Amino acid sequence: MIGSLILRDLGRAFRSGSAWMPLAFLLLIAALFPFAVGPNATLLSQTGGGLLWIAALLASLMPIDRLIEPDRESGVIDQLVLRDHGEGTILLAKQVAHWLSFGPPLLIAALPAGALLRLEMDTLGTVILGLALGTPGLAALAILVAALTAGLRGSSALTGLLVLPLAVPILIFGAGALHFGGGNALKLVAACSLLLCVIAPIAGGAALRAGRE
Amino acid sequence: MTAATLSLRGLACVRGGRLLFSGLNLDLRAGGSAQIAGPNGVGKSSLLRIVAGLLRPYAGTAERSGAVALTDELDALDRDRTVREALTFWARMDEASPRAIDAALDDLGIPHLADVPVRMLSTGQRKRAALARTLVGNAPIWLLDEPANGLDVQAATTLGNLVTRHREQGGIVLAASHTPLAWTQDITLTLTTSTDYISGDEDADEPGPAETPSALGAEQPTGSTDPSAIGTMRPRDASSPPARRPGDEPA
Repeated sequence: MIGSLILRDLGRAFRSGSAWMPLAFLLLIAALFPFAVGPNATLLSQTGGGLLWIAALLASLMPIDRLIEPDRESGVIDQLVLRDHGEGTILLAKQVAHWLSFGPPLLIAALPAGALLRLEMDTLGTVILGLALGTPGLAALAILVAALTAGLRGSSALTGLLVLPLAVPILIFGAGALHFGGGNALKLVAACSLLLCVIAPIAGGAALRAGRE
Repeated sequence: MTAATLSLRGLACVRGGRLLFSGLNLDLRAGGSAQIAGPNGVGKSSLLRIVAGLLRPYAGTAERSGAVALTDELDALDRDRTVREALTFWARMDEASPRAIDAALDDLGIPHLADVPVRMLSTGQRKRAALARTLVGNAPIWLLDEPANGLDVQAATTLGNLVTRHREQGGIVLAASHTPLAWTQDITLTLTTSTDYISGDEDADEPGPAETPSALGAEQPTGSTDPSAIGTMRPRDASSPPARRPGDEPA
């Protein structure tokens, strides 16, 4: 059941092309940044890690309006609830599918982006490890906000305002890990990420239930 | 198919502070069929959504044994997939065999649309595809919201035959429609337009802000503390004993 739902969502993300957008966005930022601040290798390698984190965070915002709303509007969520799937289970499946559609591509895109920003190998390793730990949390946050704003008109402006403050802890610890070579900061990224992964299906499910009334 | 039953007791529905209906009783057993009739906006779709478990009733209970399939104006079929692919997803969800899809498409007379993308379908064709989703699911209780909408005469007759077949196999059909349907009904519930508001917060001519009740006031009926007793509007036929078959003991 859940497997079919994950596969369907994953198929939709890649067929509609929305899965490629975060990837293209990250590479675009990494390619434009040296033009903006100049090709100073020292400056780029000092700021590049943090830049990759910001780019990843903003990239995770892009598909939010396509995560829940189309399925709510076309009645898919109603039909799944009819079949005694809880809203939490539905959102968990969507969360997994969303992470699979943007997490791994983003990690792969971080390699050429790191090269464009002249990152040291160990800095790039810390960024990629941090993103691997942090992107599940960002995916959960995207699902949560998508569920909260499903059915609202003009919700795309609201999603940014809702996501960014909640994503700040992951950003602080993820970018902070670059100065300390990983370690405890990465553990805190993992902790934030885990917390969001658990909260998102529960809170988002409650939001979907309330939105149906 | 196990014996399906559907039992509504003292059901009341409130939408947007307005009491749509109350004290609604209905009993349907295997093979039973009921139509909910009445003008637009009277709560027919809300009643179906309550029975489906998608809305909470304001008062009363809706009990059913057996899975339920809802066909409303939302077809829940992926626009970018073909009809067969979209139905395959639901067949997986319902643990139905892929052969059930071909059978359902044949039953509804749209086998030629199997490989057409859902977004290319006309209104009537999309309605038939949504009905095919219901057939594939093989749920004993069918909830049909305006099933005749968009269907041509021939398709409406086909639907009537399918409903008759479903009932012969022990299924239950509860349909909401403002027009007569193509199959015979055991009971017809006619809902009438309600003007009962359960709180005063919709009144536009309340000038003083101190007088305006809070939004939470909508939860509390004014003038009565018993939710099952609020309102005077009752469905015309619901106060009479529901249709029972001989030999059925009261619930």
